[in-house]
Amino acid sequence: MSAPVVLATAARSAALGRPGQRSRKIRVEHPTAIVIFIVPFAVLFTLFYLVPIGYAVYQSLLVIEREGTFGKATEVFGGLTQYILVFQNGPFWASIGRVLSFGVVQVPVMLGLALIFALLLDSPLLRGKRFFRLAFFVPYAVPGVIAAIMWGFLYSPNLSPFTALTSNVSFLSADLVLWAIANVVTWVYVGYNMLIIYSALLAIPTEIYEAARLDGAGQLRIAWSIKIPLIMPAIVLTGIFSIIGTLQLLAEPQVFRSFSSAVTSTFTPNLMVYSTSAIPNVNLAAAFSVVLALATFVLSFSFLKFTQRKEGK
Amino acid sequence: MSPITESPAPARSAKRTAAASSTPTGPKESPLSRISAMTVMLVFTLYFLVPIWWLFVAGTKSSSQFTSTNPLWFADFNLIQNITNLVAYRDGVFLKWMLNSALYAGAGALLATLFAGMTGYALAKYRFPGRELLFNIVLGGVLVPATALALPLFLIFSQVSLTNTFWAVFLPSLVSPFGVYLTRIFAAASVPDELIEAARLDGAGEVRTFFTVSVRLMFPALVTVFLFQFVAIWNNFFLPLIMLRDEALFPVTLGLYAWNSQVNQIPELRGYVLIGALLSIIPLIVLFLLLQRFWRSGLGAGSVK
Repeated sequence: MSAPVVLATAARSAALGRPGQRSRKIRVEHPTAIVIFIVPFAVLFTLFYLVPIGYAVYQSLLVIEREGTFGKATEVFGGLTQYILVFQNGPFWASIGRVLSFGVVQVPVMLGLALIFALLLDSPLLRGKRFFRLAFFVPYAVPGVIAAIMWGFLYSPNLSPFTALTSNVSFLSADLVLWAIANVVTWVYVGYNMLIIYSALLAIPTEIYEAARLDGAGQLRIAWSIKIPLIMPAIVLTGIFSIIGTLQLLAEPQVFRSFSSAVTSTFTPNLMVYSTSAIPNVNLAAAFSVVLALATFVLSFSFLKFTQRKEGK
Repeated sequence: MSPITESPAPARSAKRTAAASSTPTGPKESPLSRISAMTVMLVFTLYFLVPIWWLFVAGTKSSSQFTSTNPLWFADFNLIQNITNLVAYRDGVFLKWMLNSALYAGAGALLATLFAGMTGYALAKYRFPGRELLFNIVLGGVLVPATALALPLFLIFSQVSLTNTFWAVFLPSLVSPFGVYLTRIFAAASVPDELIEAARLDGAGEVRTFFTVSVRLMFPALVTVFLFQFVAIWNNFFLPLIMLRDEALFPVTLGLYAWNSQVNQIPELRGYVLIGALLSIIPLIVLFLLLQRFWRSGLGAGSVK
């Protein structure tokens, strides 16, 4: 008995339209209740998570064959053909490299700032904590697309309130636009990450600090030696979500295409998936998606394992 | 991300806040460190708020004054006029977008929270074969980015001719693996088995116990899941971008994006994009303010190890 069995049972009873009534009995207490509780989620999860993943993998294994140059197109099994094309695709790897260099800089900066703000909020050094907490969190209420539009205006030399700066530094040039986007992402998400870390800090009982205080430890020492190790799980969580977010960059660069010609249709991996599927070359786009999802999974999973091992030491 | 066995965060954070406010600050903190801490925070307050201030000021200006006056201060106050113009433009398509967003995100997040809450609760409170495997599959789902699913979802929906419909954006939003993760942890920590037993002895069925007793205890986690999902749907861009062609179905993000990419051909759209962006931020801010208390306590529960 395994989860697929549960999912299959769930799917079947949903198909019958009577969730939980005639499902196969597993010998457990309250089987009907369990089925009622799990079926809606299980059906939706299967339909909108498992099936699409399966379908993407299936599509990525097909190739289009034509009879002659203008002949009828048919889809045939092509094995790993699309994946070979993915690995030979220069722009795709360039886009992966671009988001990786983006992530290597942006994620530590963002999480570092979030950690500093959270520690300051948790320290006795500040007045007006409620105000700062709210002010820093407000940008999170701005959707990525809207934030990108706003900053697009702010970066434009003729519209920006900071003309002295924007007329001298062209944030939308090929050299800088990636970091201009990094700033938008940082602006939106610092407060959100700060709140997650801050909540973890609030969960630490204050008694823990008392001994350190008696020993004469200052705020900095307490933060470094007691607080940070205790909130490591929260930092890891924000780290994983940030890694996923970085590899999935789409809305911000897509918006910046209307402000800067330096952002091409192959700027980030997700933009590539989008433009490839619009050509349309669905099979290659599916292969891109699969590689990208795998990369995300491997990267966030190994980050999780890596930090857990370090913690254990 | 192992299952959590500690007591729930809200109770402790409440205790903590009370303790923090009653304890006078120790002698350790020098004026210098206080000043530098305040300086750091004030500088970053500017960084976070000036763009929004600019957007607000820009929203109050007529298009002629937009470029000719100080960008960070008011000229003639045209906010109401601008909003009226925006709402009237193209038969009120902007209002339609706002309503669409509210419907996608509101109804979507509500149902997603219900489904995730029930599943998380079942995973925490019942023993059945395959429970851990199911939980692990869902945990894997937390790591699968929504954008990676958008393209295959589009392909599947076009097979069944459901692209460019309300359902194409709404149905996939009903799944929240993170919600299952969070509610399971929270239910395990905050719904005592004894209470469920007591409800059973009183003759309440399992489902009724869940809706009358357990839901109340899980409330902070459920609010958190709702907010997470609401924000995720409200901000979702790729799925509507790829699914929808009909402007009447757009959420506000996609609508403003579409306008913004036409600014070069239709310059008057620039003003509408700005005032529209300003208005589109307000619902989320209001929601955060209203649900702030629950939202923060629930956040902690997800990150405690």
